[in-house]
Amino acid sequence: MLSGTLFAIGLVGVIIRRNMITVLMAIELMLNAVNINLVAFSHHLASLEGQIFTIFIITVAAGEAAVGLAIIIQLYRLRSTINIDESRELHG
Amino acid sequence: MSIALLVFFVIGTIAVAASALVITMRNPVHSALFLLLTFLCVAVLFVMKGAEFVGAVQVLVYAGGIMVLFLFVVMLINVRHLPEERVLSHFWKGGFAVGLGVFILLFAIVRPGVYRDVRTNKAPLTTAKDRVLGPSRKNPGKLAYRTVRRHNVNSEAVGDALYRDYLVPFEVASLFLLVAMIGAIVIGKRELSAEEEETAPNYMLEKVKTEEKVKEAMSA
Repeated sequence: MLSGTLFAIGLVGVIIRRNMITVLMAIELMLNAVNINLVAFSHHLASLEGQIFTIFIITVAAGEAAVGLAIIIQLYRLRSTINIDESRELHG
Repeated sequence: MSIALLVFFVIGTIAVAASALVITMRNPVHSALFLLLTFLCVAVLFVMKGAEFVGAVQVLVYAGGIMVLFLFVVMLINVRHLPEERVLSHFWKGGFAVGLGVFILLFAIVRPGVYRDVRTNKAPLTTAKDRVLGPSRKNPGKLAYRTVRRHNVNSEAVGDALYRDYLVPFEVASLFLLVAMIGAIVIGKRELSAEEEETAPNYMLEKVKTEEKVKEAMSA
């Protein structure tokens, strides 16, 4: 329940915001929602796998945040904007 | 209603409210601070579910590392939003629709009350086996190894599983972090501009030349 709500909020956040930093934060929210689910079911099934998975997800989230923020900084240097709608160089 | 359930509801409500505020705040700094609140609430939930180690890692990595990274970038970029400027994307209606759809879907799939704790044996989550050298029971006067179970050591159990059963994924994760670090440094690096090249000290220019040589060598 809680996990689903958090995930839905994160998903809405990813789609509706124009600020790239906020979009990254929303992605972190979604990963956290998944983590809650994994830990809850690890408790429910009395197995450690869920917690191990959660640790790996946290690792991936950390790496993703670092690389994503580096990309945002570089984009800001090039374009002076972090608005998603204005970065459409690849738009045909 | 037990106290644990009450705490769960209070913390869960705070987490949902804070995450809703994360995506509605105009100022990214406020968003980041509410994100921090959400992370801390989630860490409390982890600890309540008997995952103390994951809760600690959550606080350290998310609240400590990722939040500092976010705040640093927000303040480095320093975008001022005009009050009348739109925050929402062009297709915000579609975004809300998709979010609502996913929420209804998850609501339909996950039925609260169905998932009771059927298995009362939570031993694997919180115990660790030890081999202890002590006086033997069979042969008095001699030493022998005995297996002793210790309880309430979640972090030890997690560490045991990480380093024994999941050693290869663990090493792959460390390699991934190394690659992410190098990637972030390379992407975030700045080329020197013309006026900076005039004022830069010599050793820095030599470094840039070496980097260009390395780049050419790698592209060739």
